[in-house]
Order: sequence, then C-alpha cells, then structure tokens
Amino acid sequence: MKEVLRFDNVSMHYHSKQGETVALEKVSFSVHEGEFVAIIGPSGCGKTTLLSLAAGLLAPTKGKVSALNVSLGYMLQKDELFPWRTIEKNIFLPLEIKRANTPQNRAHAVALAEKYGLKQFLKNYPSQLSGGMRQRAALIRTLAMNPDVLLLDEPFSALDYQTRLSVCDDVYKIIRNEKKTALLITHDISEAISVADKIFVLSKRPAKIIAEHLLEFPENEPLKRRENKEFSRWFEILWKELNQ
Amino acid sequence: MKKNVEISREHLLYLRGTRNKSIIVNVIRCAVLVLFLTIWELSAQLLWVNPFITSSPSRIAKTIADLYKNGSLFLHVGTTLWETLAGFAIAVVLGYSIALLLWWSDALRRISEPYFVVLNALPKIALGPLIIIWCGTGSEAIVFMTVLIGLIVAILNMLNGFMATEKSKLLLMQSMGANKLQVLTKLVIPSSLPNFISMLKINVGMAWIGSIMGEYIVSKAGIGYLIVYGGQVFKLDLVMSAVFILCVLAAGMYALVALAERLLIKNK
Ligand SMILES: Nc1ncnc2c1ncn2[C@@H]1O[C@H](COP(=O)(O)OP(=O)(O)OP(=O)(O)O)[C@@H](O)[C@H]1O
Ligand SMILES: [Mg+2]
Repeated sequence: MKEVLRFDNVSMHYHSKQGETVALEKVSFSVHEGEFVAIIGPSGCGKTTLLSLAAGLLAPTKGKVSALNVSLGYMLQKDELFPWRTIEKNIFLPLEIKRANTPQNRAHAVALAEKYGLKQFLKNYPSQLSGGMRQRAALIRTLAMNPDVLLLDEPFSALDYQTRLSVCDDVYKIIRNEKKTALLITHDISEAISVADKIFVLSKRPAKIIAEHLLEFPENEPLKRRENKEFSRWFEILWKELNQ
Repeated sequence: MKKNVEISREHLLYLRGTRNKSIIVNVIRCAVLVLFLTIWELSAQLLWVNPFITSSPSRIAKTIADLYKNGSLFLHVGTTLWETLAGFAIAVVLGYSIALLLWWSDALRRISEPYFVVLNALPKIALGPLIIIWCGTGSEAIVFMTVLIGLIVAILNMLNGFMATEKSKLLLMQSMGANKLQVLTKLVIPSSLPNFISMLKINVGMAWIGSIMGEYIVSKAGIGYLIVYGGQVFKLDLVMSAVFILCVLAAGMYALVALAERLLIKNK
C-alpha cells in the first residue's frame, strides 16, 4: 500500500510570554492509502496540533511532515457552516477559494450532496438543519474538492450522544464509499474502535506515540462493531494505555 | 420549508391573540400621545402655565405654518437634512474603509490604537473654533463637524466587528488555502454585517448630534440655527417647533435604516 502521509521525528514547541509548551515530542508514524487511522490521546495532549501539522497549517519545530502527492481535506470539530450561505453555497465555498468553481465541479458537489441525502436541503440555510445534517453538509463541503486524505478533528464531539452514534456511522460509510483515506483524531476510545483499521495512542503532553494497534472485525460498520464482543476487549486495552 | 396544510384551532387562537396584543399596544401608544398633547394644550389655553414659556401644540402648528408660508421651512429643513446626510454618508464610508485597512494591517492597528482611544474620548465640540478657521462658516464646517463626531465611532465599531470573526471559521478558511482577500470578502465582511447595521443605527444619532451642534457654533440656516435664534430672541414657539421638526426627521431617518436592515438581513 502506498504511503500518503508521514511524520518523521516531529516535535512541536509553542512559545508564548508565559513560557514554552512542548506539545509533541518525536512523533513518527505514517498513513497509507485507503486506511482509516485513528489517533487517540487525553485531552490537551496535542491532538489538534498534530492535525494542524498534517494539514500544513503549522510548521514543526523539529522533524518533517510530508504529504506525499496527495490533497488534503480538513474537517473541524464544529460544522462551521456559514449561516449567511445556503447549504449549496456552503458546499461550493472550497471551489470558490481554490478558483475551481466550474460547472463540472459544482455538479460533482451537488451530486455528492444528493447522493448522501442533502438534496432537499440544498436551498436551505444551516439554521434550518439538525446538528447531524449540518455535520453531513460539512463533510460534503470537505469532499467537494475531491481530496485524497481526510483529516478529522473530533468531528462528532459537538453532537449529543444519540446523534453522534448515527452521524459517526454515516460519515464512516460515506468515507468508505468514496474510497478516501482518513486520519481521525479523538479522545473518545469507543469512537476510535468503531471506525479505525489502525489506532495510535498518544501519551499525555508532551505527546508521544506509546502504542499502535491493528484492528480487525468481522463487520466494519461502526454500529455493528459496537455490538461485537471484541469491542469491549479493545476498550479495556486502550483505556489502560490512555490512563497509565 | 414546512408547508402547514392545516392550521390548528389553537394556533389560530394564538395568532389572533398576538395580533390583538400588538393592536392594543399601538392604540395605547397613540392615546398616550393624544393625552399628552391635550393636557399640554389645555394647560396653555387655561393659563395653568405660561404659554410664552411652555408654548403649546396649537402655537407650534401655527409657527410651522408661518415658516411654510414665508418659504423658509424648506430652506431650514433642507439645509440641516443635507448636512446630516452628507456627514452621515462620509463618516460611514470613510469609517468602514479605515476599519478595513486596520483589519488588514496588524502593525497599523497596533500603532494607531492609542490615537483612536484619545480621539474617541475627546469632545469634538472643543474643535469648534478650529473648524471655523479651517472650513469657514458655511455648510462645509457643519458637515466636517458631523463627520468628526461619527467617524471614530464608526471605525471602532466596525473594527470590533471585523476582529470578532470566529477563530475556528478563520481556521477553516486557512485549511482550504484561502488568501487574505478571500478571507475578507467571503468571511469577515459577511459575518460582520450585524455590526454594520448597528454602526449605521448609532451613526444616525451621531449625525444629528453633529449637524445640530455644528449649527449651534456656526450657521445661517438650519434647524439648529432656528433653535439658537429662537432662544436668543426668546421665541420659545420657534424653539419648540424646531425640536418637533427634528423629532420627525430623526424618526424618518431611523425608519430608513430599519428598512435597510430588513433588506440586508434576509434570513433572520
Ligand atoms: N497557539 C498556541 N500557543 C501556545 N500554546 C498552544 C497553542 N496551541 C495549543 N497550545 C498548547 O499546546 C497543547 C496542546 O494543544 P492541542 O490543542 O493540540 O491539544 P488537544 O489534544 O487538541 O486538546 P483538546 O483535547 O482540548 O482538543 C495545549 O497545552 C495547549 O495549551
Ligand atoms: Mg483539539
């Protein structure tokens, strides 16, 4: 499998008047094409920092981050849909920014939205949609530019528990269906187990990778995985690692 | 979005209830005004108070009619209206542009910050004599005064709005690779629209303060001129009439801004 994203001994230090914060220390890992990778870590350990580095929004203090000939799409914790734009116009936003607002690209984006159940909402404003639907719209917006790799920063944490389970299932299926590579960051152990092929565990700050696991389940949909008895075994393992 | 095929009886009752309530409020509002004018008129007619000092609705109506007949009503109204609108427009456009500039350049914003704070605190009327020397005694001086009073407020209000853009939305734009101009046009300007509206509303008030105050200092015509002149020759009917005209004009301008608000903010 082709490598698409690689961290080589990446360290990240923040400088502020209060002092220096070491957020990441010598983190190395890679993500391969078609994988769904989850990274879990305690809150405040440097997860968002890691994803910002991956997206190229920050430059590492030491080490090297490489995206190997792939385009990236970033999905944030909240949907961040612009309330003054309709869902359709929100989905076109990345096209406008990349100056790729062509009829074909717009048609592709609309087709995606229609395929994943947003057809009737295209002309609505975000405030008229439920939290789950909005998150779905945010995913379609991310997919509009047809990125190879999706970077997801706790994309469900703003939703209530019930919605979170179903939206997670939803987003997982869409990502698999579109054959995308995904890197998901979360502090929610069960979320990671329910979607990932591979899990990296981060320590408390400064974050280091302390474990790597390959997960195999007979069935891969998140809701099915949650019912499997392997699920609780993984949960215990990861819980211990996170709290050691 | 939802098409309500049938409206329930309860909902109809609710709608009728709210409509009735707003009718009652409007009726009482008018009644308060009528009552106030009646008592004012009566106490002047019956000499409970000295109408020479308090004036009265009928005397105000007569004064305005006289102004209309000798042709000076529209001169005064037109002069003040022109000064106010010109000052308002210049302050808003200039204020918005300067705020944009300050948003764009961090360095400029940080360097100029203390100057704006001082200028904002300064009572602009203190500059009266300077303005007369710089701009003469015509309408220009009054427009200049109006701009001075509105400008700093407009800049600070808009800059606040621009700077309050959500960090996470900025991050989203950055992650899509947006440049600064795109961030400005696609995020900062639309998200600060409510600030723009409230800035307009504040500046309507500022513009009237500016033009009337300007006319107090230097003028040959205008509503502020009528007020000063009326006070000097002890024609309080004239002063009251001018204040009344001012109320009507200010209310009209505010209504226009409210209309603009409804047009600009379509979805709530
Ligand atoms: N711009 C910055 N300047 C200084 N320190 C920062 C900055 N951004 C983050 N930090 C610090 O770096 C550490 C890691 O932050 P980060 O946001 O990456 O953690 P996180 O794991 O995503 O946290 P959370 O679970 O709250 O989302 C924190 O201690 C934070 O205070
Ligand atoms: Mg975070």
